[in-house]
This record gives sequence, structure tokens and C-alpha cells, in this order.
Amino acid sequence: MTRALVNVPKTAKRGEIIEIRAMIQHVMETGYREGPNGVTLPRNIIKRFVCKYGAEEIFSAELFPAIAANPYMAFSTVATESGTLTFEWTDDKGATQSASAEITVT
Amino acid sequence: MTRLVLLGLLACASIGVAAEIPPQDRRSGFEFMSPQTQAMQSEETSNPGMLWVADGERLWSEPQAPAGKSCASCHAEATKSMGGVAARYPAFDEETKRPIDLMGRINQCRAKRQGAASLTYQSDELLALTAYVANQSHGMPITPPADSRLEPFRENGRAWFERRLGQLQLSCAACHDDRWGARLGGSVIPQGHPTGYPLYRLEWQNMGSLQRRLRGCLVGVRAQPFDFGAPEYVDIELFLMERARGLTMETPAVRP
Repeated sequence: MTRALVNVPKTAKRGEIIEIRAMIQHVMETGYREGPNGVTLPRNIIKRFVCKYGAEEIFSAELFPAIAANPYMAFSTVATESGTLTFEWTDDKGATQSASAEITVT
Repeated sequence: MTRLVLLGLLACASIGVAAEIPPQDRRSGFEFMSPQTQAMQSEETSNPGMLWVADGERLWSEPQAPAGKSCASCHAEATKSMGGVAARYPAFDEETKRPIDLMGRINQCRAKRQGAASLTYQSDELLALTAYVANQSHGMPITPPADSRLEPFRENGRAWFERRLGQLQLSCAACHDDRWGARLGGSVIPQGHPTGYPLYRLEWQNMGSLQRRLRGCLVGVRAQPFDFGAPEYVDIELFLMERARGLTMETPAVRP
């Protein structure tokens, strides 16, 4: 199983800027390397990362082969309402890994 | 010709004497890193090693076939039972009458008590379990046990540390005792203290064991590395832990 770690403040004041961090365990195989037997390792990278705050998409990113293994992303948003932040990573194999975190806005 | 030989001998003699680092000057590799890499390690949310620690936490309580026992079945909560354990390993193993490292112990426990297959040294599972156990000693000082049975093995480790090896004829001590703080290519030479293993190395883009690191150095001096799990590695680790006595455990560390 792939593991993801997300970090969202548990509570925030309305209108406050909060920092969100997300990291996922992934090889990010570039497709340019050769394995021990000389055969090129097929590309397997995370192509897309999306973060939603409730139903609204607040951050998304396209990733490329030059990005290191276990990609880490930090970004910020404005705390508007209590709810769930969901995170979704999709890789070349079509596998999707998701994570979520709750936030209480006062 | 004789003069050349004499010069060569003199050069050997002058670099052959490895001065041990005085205890007050011993510093973790952490202090030789850039502020960015230090921040990456210090912040739990940006330390990639925490991915393995989190995985280890899950594996700790996962029952293994065929005995159906998990680590937690005997050791209960690791947060209580495993504090300080990694800081005093390698320990003397009654069964084999040899020192055993933390990874070896976890594998031994799996084989004997859980009846499960042993894990290879670079498997994510073993790295995760070891990182999780060692993380329970995070912030504690390294305190090798006062066990006289370990002495001969520690001395063997010291001998390996000081022995010149490979085509480049370099010993561990030649860099990590005599030239720490200087540069090898673009990188600062640290003192070589095993404070944060298993650790996340940016060069590897992965988690790795101390044995992997030692293999890297052996290949670097163009020597034939020992196989994973070789007793020599455990002896060297035993010596390195004594050498790092009092330094703080950092698992999972991040290194460039």
C-alpha cells in the first residue's frame, strides 16, 4: 500500500490563511533509467495531484518526470468553513491514492 | 629510488596515524547539512522518513501468518516498550553468541516467534519496522550497553574502521576521523556517526539502512563490499555506536 501524509491545521479562524502540506510515497520512476538487466524501466510517475476543500477544487498540480521520489507539496488557502479537505494523487498506472483531513473553522 | 621509497613511507606514516575525535568535538551529520535539508528533517510533516515510520506503525500491529501474532502481541505499544531500545543496539544475542543489530533482531523475532519469513535488508517492510522502533528513541542519547561480551566484536569493528581498503587504500578513519569538515568533491565530509538510521537519503531517493551506507563507502573506495547481513557490518556498527556515545538519536534522519 502506498502511504500519504497530509497536514492541515485542526482549527482555524474564518478568513485565516492556512498552510497545507501533502506528501506521498511514490517511486516517480522517470522512464529513462535502466534496470539491473539493462531493460528500460517503464515510466511510473504521479501525473496529477488535486486538493478539494469541501466540493471546491482549491489546488491542483501536474507532475513531470524530473520531480523527485515521494513528492511533497505545500500550499496555502483561506479558511472559509468547517469541512473536509480531500487529496488525490493519480499515477501513470491509473492508480489513485486519496487522503483526507478535517478542519474546524470558528 | 631509495629516496622515493622513503618519501612514500613517510607519506604513509603521516596519514596512517588516525587521531580519534575528542568527545567534545563529536557532532552529528545533521550539523554539516544545509539549513534547507535540516528543516526537511526537523519538520515531521516534510520528513519523507515519516512515511516509513507511519508504515512501520501499521506493520507493528499487523498479525503475521502462520502464528497469527503481531509485534504488538508480545511488546504491546511500541511507544511504551521500545523507547531507548535503538539507542543501545547492537546488543549481545545469547543464541548466536554474537552482537545483533536492530534489523537482525526484528528478523529473528519474526522467524522465531511469529513463524514468518525473514525480510530482506532493503525491503520497505523491514526499513519501516526498524524506523518505527528506532523513532521511539528519537531525541534520546546513544548509550551502548556495558557488556564485556561485546568488547572483542567492538575491537574488530574498530579494526575494520581503521583498516585501509580497496584500490584507493582508504580507511573509514582516513576521512571521518582525520578529514571531517573538509570537502570530498562538493560534499562536506561528516564524522560518520550512525545517529539517524534507517534514514532517508536524498541521493537514494529512498530510505536506507546503515549497512547500505557502509556498502556505499566500501564501493567508493573500490573495495568489495560485504553482503547485506554480514557480521562485519554489525561489528562496525557496534564500534560506531560507541564512538557516537552521547549523541542524540534522530531516526528518521534526512541526509543529502
